[in-house]
Amino acid sequence: MPSWLGSRPRCAAARWKRPTDRGSQLIVGADWKHASYAAMLVFVLIGSLPLHRFFRLSVLRQPLRLCAAILPAAVLFVLWDQAATAAGQWRFDPAQTLSWRLLGLPLEEYAFFVVIPLAGILTFEAVTVVRDRGRTP
Amino acid sequence: MTYTAGSAVVVLVAILVDLFVLRTALLRSATWWMAYGIIVVFQLITNGWLTGRGIVRYSDKAILGSGRIVFLGDGRIAYAPVEDLAFGFALVLISCAAWVWTGARIRTAP
Repeated sequence: MPSWLGSRPRCAAARWKRPTDRGSQLIVGADWKHASYAAMLVFVLIGSLPLHRFFRLSVLRQPLRLCAAILPAAVLFVLWDQAATAAGQWRFDPAQTLSWRLLGLPLEEYAFFVVIPLAGILTFEAVTVVRDRGRTP
Repeated sequence: MTYTAGSAVVVLVAILVDLFVLRTALLRSATWWMAYGIIVVFQLITNGWLTGRGIVRYSDKAILGSGRIVFLGDGRIAYAPVEDLAFGFALVLISCAAWVWTGARIRTAP
């Protein structure tokens, strides 16, 4: 194969690659890749918060009870998370998380321990409502 | 303590909290298992995003698998270490048990 034939695909590949290099830069100067973890939390909220209206739940109208339910597990898991991160059992990709860090963890990780239990409680309450409806026609 | 041991311990803690500490007994209710069935599907999706993209990366010394990121096998399900399933189960069970317990307190309060 002549050398120019061999080099052509490489040039083409390089040309194709250029746009994807900037693919995560929808706004100039903003690297959306840093929002990868935050995007997952937003996805969970978009998926779970509508349950509240759809099943007429009262979870968000009881903020104190919600705090009391979420806080103990959140504290336990955050302490474990901090210890495991410090021990190098897992780590977070700086390129895919926001730049803020608090005691060794990205801010998203703290939000995780609020968002996930909230989504869990909303799901549990929605299932409770559906099953109660089935019992009382 | 490795992640494997830690996740086993926290599942045990969650079971003890539900059955003996708060006595909410969610584990004996169909409502919990139906809710968990929904939750675990979304956990596999969201956790797969976090681990498959390498947003969270694990040390091979802490988990059952070798640390290689694969979709299935080598101690992983949907990219995430199997330990994550125990982690999620315990987190949501303790939170739901606490939620039900605080609800019972409110209803029985004079």
